[in-house]
Amino acid sequence: MSILINSESKVLVQGITGREGGFHAGQMLAYGTQVVAGVTPGKGGQEHEGVPVFDTVVDAVSATGADVSVIFVPAPYAADAILEAADAGLRLVVCITEGIPVHDMIIVKRALEGSATRLIGPNCPGVITPDACKVGIMPGYIHRKGGIGIISRSGTLTYEAVHQLTSVGVGQSTCIGIGGDPIIGTDFVDCLRLFKEDAETEAVLMIGEIGGRAEEDAAEYVRAEFTKPVFAYVAGLTAPPGRRMGHAGAIVSGGSGTAKSKIEALEAAGITVVRDPASIGATVAGAMAK
Amino acid sequence: MRLHEYQAKEIIAKTGIRIPAGKVVSSAAEAREAYEVLGLSLGVVKAQAHTGGRGKAGGILTAHSPVEAYSDANAILGRRLVTVQSGPDGVPVRKVLVEEGLAVEREYYLAITIDREKALPVIIASSAGGMDIEEAARREPGRVVKEYIEPVFGLQPYQARKMAYSIGVPRGKVNSFVDIMLKLHIVFLVSDAELVEINPLVLVESDDFVALDAKMSVDDSALYRHEDMKRLADPSDMDGLEYRAKKAGVSYVRMDGNIGCMVNGAGLAMATMDLVKGYGGEPANFLDVGGGAAAGRIKDALEILLSDRQVEAVLINIFGGILRCDELARGVVAAAGELAVNVPVVVRLEGTNRDEGARILRESGLSFKVAHSMREAGEMVVGCMRSNA
Repeated sequence: MSILINSESKVLVQGITGREGGFHAGQMLAYGTQVVAGVTPGKGGQEHEGVPVFDTVVDAVSATGADVSVIFVPAPYAADAILEAADAGLRLVVCITEGIPVHDMIIVKRALEGSATRLIGPNCPGVITPDACKVGIMPGYIHRKGGIGIISRSGTLTYEAVHQLTSVGVGQSTCIGIGGDPIIGTDFVDCLRLFKEDAETEAVLMIGEIGGRAEEDAAEYVRAEFTKPVFAYVAGLTAPPGRRMGHAGAIVSGGSGTAKSKIEALEAAGITVVRDPASIGATVAGAMAK
Repeated sequence: MRLHEYQAKEIIAKTGIRIPAGKVVSSAAEAREAYEVLGLSLGVVKAQAHTGGRGKAGGILTAHSPVEAYSDANAILGRRLVTVQSGPDGVPVRKVLVEEGLAVEREYYLAITIDREKALPVIIASSAGGMDIEEAARREPGRVVKEYIEPVFGLQPYQARKMAYSIGVPRGKVNSFVDIMLKLHIVFLVSDAELVEINPLVLVESDDFVALDAKMSVDDSALYRHEDMKRLADPSDMDGLEYRAKKAGVSYVRMDGNIGCMVNGAGLAMATMDLVKGYGGEPANFLDVGGGAAAGRIKDALEILLSDRQVEAVLINIFGGILRCDELARGVVAAAGELAVNVPVVVRLEGTNRDEGARILRESGLSFKVAHSMREAGEMVVGCMRSNA
């Protein structure tokens, strides 16, 4: 098995008639994902790449049985799109959009509390279960089916890690980009809980970065409850304090959230921390071969 | 986006929170005139710059006459203000705020910000006003209190009362204090703020609260719905190259090293800097060209990176996804052709259309060094520096 998505997942694309949404709907279909519906208000009744487009998420769900949504709508409308997907009862909502105002995300986070909807992202590359289902923008061909679960705050750095793993013959169970914003729907610990119960996942690779304390919380959880091997890489050892490094969430402020403190916390929890970003694949492969 | 003190105070004052009488000016002559027009008997001349620790750095001076206001402004304006928070180069000062000096009875700290772990706004109050709040919390944790704010209901008066009593606001002044907290919360909400801070909020002899200093930072992602606030942006304290990068839509942070890095994706860009350092080099910058970067943006990015005189070698590390490697290669070749690049350039391409991108670089006739992995890229670019030396 895998977590979050598999070959049975029925995917709906919010913002399918936009440039990004349209392009990636095609890419997801080409990967073999069941893209069953698209939603763009005002464009219901059209078709995109053979996929029917609806005006509202609830219409799309009742017509197609979609259970997962992926959101490409522009940032000013993205919070509303997430809430609409949750209201329609989707099990999983993956939000790719970057630049959602943080006050909007506070409301979204509170609204989803206690609901059956899990949000991944925003500002993330999405989720992929190799050879089964791709819900996002990652290049599909770099992945290979296998036993490593990946959780990452980054986009292209995740592709780099996946590529390194695949190059040394190590496959992945499910790869989750949790997003680079300060407020996200699902964090490291949530994903670790899911990987813990997943028989197919033999080990987990976490890719963190400066800012916040999500890596420290994950370390605490791993120490207390997680028995599978865990590897980690943390980006930003050379990042200067007080400066935002691209991602809204990647900032060392008031001396907290440094890569050094995160690495220390992870290592103290028995996690193998890879220091050299060029050695992620080799380190995991070496340890798993033992 | 950070606001200046005078801008934050104007916004706060609109809700009815009292601020000192004052005027923002940009010359010493105007400072003298402001002192007279305001009819002051005691004045304060304050540097308007995006940094903390101004007082200790000589950025806040008192004046007892128009002439003193003139000389104070003269001493502050047009210099770079170097504070404990500004970094060694300091920040330029283009404006000063001339304000009435007040006889202060007590000082408080008040702020609302966002707790990212709890995903909630948090309001913080302290009787240790005027101090750095993190310092105060370390030294006297009992004097700093906080309450989380429910996003649906907003800050409730009982929460504000609880805080006011627990930090020892005089009983007769609790209602005014609560009123200020509720108003500050409105400012926080309607401005899409990441931070609103009044430090210190002072109780003056006339028995009134006055916001003596204020700080505000607004969420850049929300500026699209705040046309009125966009004009408050002051890029004058940004590094020139960082300002150009921002206008070009490129994330760029300048560092002290000599290996320029151009990367797609923030995480990979940080990892590339760490790679350079790990292999014995020093990164000159963080640069993320973004996801769907077109050839034009690639050119801008390379130009910005090379404008840093310290750069002695360049590492381009691209993992193609949305950004295709052939598109990147065309942009790099076009830019290199126009810019007369005279430092070694190491390019590592992986992902979508990698082979096509590599072919374009090879056939360009320009002398790129092509690396086939991150490891090779790190070794090559650091090797370039060694052979330069």
